[in-house]
Amino acid sequence: MAIFNLKVNGKQHQVDVDPTTPLLWVLRDHLDLTGTKYGCGIAMCGACTVHVNGMAMRSCQTAVASIGNQAVTTIEGLSEDGDHPVQRAWLQHDVPQCGYCQSGQIMNAVALLNANPNPTDEQIEAAMDGNICRCGTYLRIKKAIKSAAAYT
Amino acid sequence: MTLIKTSINRRSFLKSSALAGGGFVLSFSWLASCKSGTKETLTIPDEWFKLNGYIKIGENGVVTIMAPNPEFGQNVITSMPMIIAEELDVDWKNVIVEQAPFDPEIYTRTGQFTGGSAGIRSGWPGLRMAGATARRMLQEAAALAWSVPVSEITTQAGVLSHKSSGKSAGYGEMASAAAGIEVPEEVKLKDVKDFKIISTSQKNVEGKKIVTGKPLFGLDYKKEGMLIAMIVHPPAFGMKLKSVDVSVAKAMPGIKDVFTIETYKDDYEQQGFDLTTFNELIVVVGNTTWEVMNAKKAIRAEWEVFPSYTVTKRGWRGPETVHIPGGLESTSNHRREIEERAAKPANILRKDGDPESAFKNAAKVVERTYTAPFLAHNCMEPINFFAHVTADKAEVAGPLQAPGFIESALSARIGLPKEKIDIQLTRMGGGFGLRAYCHYLVEAAVISQKVNAPVKLMYTREDDMTFGIYRPSYSVTYKAALDNDNNLVGFQVKGGGVPESPVFANRFPAGAVDNYLAESWELESNITIGAFRAPRSNFIAGAEQSFLDEVAEAAGKDPIEFRLGLLDRAKNNPVGERNDYDAARYAGVLELVREKSGWNGNSNPGVHRGVSAYFCHATYVAQVLDLVMENGKPKIPRVSCAIDCGIVINPDAATNMAEGAIVDGVGNAMFGEMSFNNGVPSKTNFDKYRIIRQSEAPKSIDVHFVENEIDPTGMGEPPFPPIFGALANALYKATGKRYYNQPFFGESINLG
Ligand code: FES
Ligand code: FES
Repeated sequence: MAIFNLKVNGKQHQVDVDPTTPLLWVLRDHLDLTGTKYGCGIAMCGACTVHVNGMAMRSCQTAVASIGNQAVTTIEGLSEDGDHPVQRAWLQHDVPQCGYCQSGQIMNAVALLNANPNPTDEQIEAAMDGNICRCGTYLRIKKAIKSAAAYT
Repeated sequence: MTLIKTSINRRSFLKSSALAGGGFVLSFSWLASCKSGTKETLTIPDEWFKLNGYIKIGENGVVTIMAPNPEFGQNVITSMPMIIAEELDVDWKNVIVEQAPFDPEIYTRTGQFTGGSAGIRSGWPGLRMAGATARRMLQEAAALAWSVPVSEITTQAGVLSHKSSGKSAGYGEMASAAAGIEVPEEVKLKDVKDFKIISTSQKNVEGKKIVTGKPLFGLDYKKEGMLIAMIVHPPAFGMKLKSVDVSVAKAMPGIKDVFTIETYKDDYEQQGFDLTTFNELIVVVGNTTWEVMNAKKAIRAEWEVFPSYTVTKRGWRGPETVHIPGGLESTSNHRREIEERAAKPANILRKDGDPESAFKNAAKVVERTYTAPFLAHNCMEPINFFAHVTADKAEVAGPLQAPGFIESALSARIGLPKEKIDIQLTRMGGGFGLRAYCHYLVEAAVISQKVNAPVKLMYTREDDMTFGIYRPSYSVTYKAALDNDNNLVGFQVKGGGVPESPVFANRFPAGAVDNYLAESWELESNITIGAFRAPRSNFIAGAEQSFLDEVAEAAGKDPIEFRLGLLDRAKNNPVGERNDYDAARYAGVLELVREKSGWNGNSNPGVHRGVSAYFCHATYVAQVLDLVMENGKPKIPRVSCAIDCGIVINPDAATNMAEGAIVDGVGNAMFGEMSFNNGVPSKTNFDKYRIIRQSEAPKSIDVHFVENEIDPTGMGEPPFPPIFGALANALYKATGKRYYNQPFFGESINLG
């Protein structure tokens, strides 16, 4: 066990955990931030996507010890009132079905738009290919990303 | 004008009461269906009279509707309250929908079921009745207050008015008075043409919570002092635990206990949905998920092959004895056994005319065999459940499709009467049928009882995928006889599966062919199977629709014309009486998709089209899939889909469901497969089990609904089965090769 000081959603947190613990479980079990989801645990589904220093990362494969003082952002910290352009676009297109994958989809989409404010269809497909939606909401995800790009 | 009764044999479906602090509550049965008639009256189950939904109207005019149905993505949490709001005649903007925290005092779990696309279909009359009754009671309250005849009171978007006196009041103002009005015996329902909310697109009422990551799912559930539990199950179907050494795992950091449990006791008579694959499990309980995951890896266990056995299950058809063979099964053996079994005589389900002679005298015979593998459900949210069992009560919470199905098992297993059990439903991260089999709820409760603490049981993705209750593996052989004029004069379907047959004897083209034979066989297996999005249809639709395509080609006919010709026959001069489809509605979706897809005007030689149509779960669907080849890879620029599900409650939500079903179907047709080697599942996670991804999904999906005034039917399942056929038929056009065996592509191939 070891003490880690983490900066998550702009707040400082201290946790005492095994250094190999994935960030995913620190968020969910220790910080009660359950918006970040577990889907596969092996970086194959994207449900656990968070931002580490603004980059999309699979938190299931990111050991807490590797975070250091980098800023972590989760779905809960994306905006104050759920009014981030990507969240608004998600509501406009009523994207979710079961909703389970959507935190990860949104976090990945935000990182995409930060890097590329006007992605083409092909760029969206390439960037979002790591995020599985078992309910098949891919078309709406693509439309919502385009709408979000247009709002900003 | 439709009148609907609010009671049967003086038992009411409704109950009104005053709201503490002012206002009015009308409790109703979410399940009630009020078609009266003596025969039905006698068979109405008690559950229909249990009040498990409510409409609350506060003095401020805010209407709260409580939705007790579990939600896994089909958005019934929005569409069912829309039906109530319509008849209540309120402005949807003033309606709040609550997914009820499951209060056993008021609401019953019995019978709640999300599956079979039945939510809307079964709820329709009862929900309308509830809304209309509340409206009527508000009208009566206003009539009393204003001393005018109730017939003169009109409503409009939550406002009561009396024209000649010029009086008007919001629902909120009359709500407390309405609580004192007697529930009317009979109420008038709106005419379809007067609908204002139904058939308008309304956003998912939980959308905001989802996009902000609120804890909605079972896996997010947390209670003070809660421990985490995980299981270790046998590595292969056909195996059970022999011995286990828990010493290393038990000594690991954060671990509270390691032990074994039995889910069901030997003497417990299982119900149909009490299915479990591995009854004895090793359980690891600890403080945090990561610690438990690590300890799980340190378990050293020995497993042994179990001998064959029989279980008696009490299903819908009464007690049934099921023989479970011993031994370790492999997909390669299944293939051989299927071939051998399919060659032997099978159970005749239906026979019309004289199929033998028809085939003997045929000018042309087409015979083809189609197969499909087991499929894993792979819901994005892995199996999990919370349980806190104490000496005098049990609180359980989590994702499940059918709480009523598991209650008896739970009660028997933990030794508490049903009244002492509180089941709370969380939003489900997918269901697809899997969460109707709630053995994991019993497991969680047994574990909680054993460690005497609140526990959340969670399966890893690997556990979820390898402890499956899979979609069965299937095979079907079709035979068609054409005469000299290329008329279809004989048709045979003979199908089976491991361990369940996919054949529906009375579905199309039964009724459209003079000489018809349907046969079925089954092979035993110890690989557990169960419902999977549109059970059985999910295979047989694609096979049948691929075959009809090939027969149309052999007959030299356009595939849509060919189908329409058969439907015409079934409509005007049906063969037999048990045909379970409406030929005109079937033809209707085909005609609509032909028009909308521009089927007849396809002048682009690079675009290859496949058509398919199917009827299941009371809904008709036809699809045309466009396919192009790019760099040798198939790419799907567009799918056109026509649906007849009666009145569409929430068109955009229904469209979302259809889009998802089509994407899911394309993915499963291309890649979906679970195989076994000596009982061991070949895939354990999404690295091997291919799920369709963003770049592979069709680029656009156009969904069109047939407009009619028929009572609404389901949407969750029907758009799924036919797409397998549309894809196979388009692939044939593109490649010249027919695709008979699913998955069409292996796991390593991508779509363009
Ligand atoms: S849970 Fe991290 S990628 Fe699937
Ligand atoms: S919405 Fe269900 S997995 Fe994406």
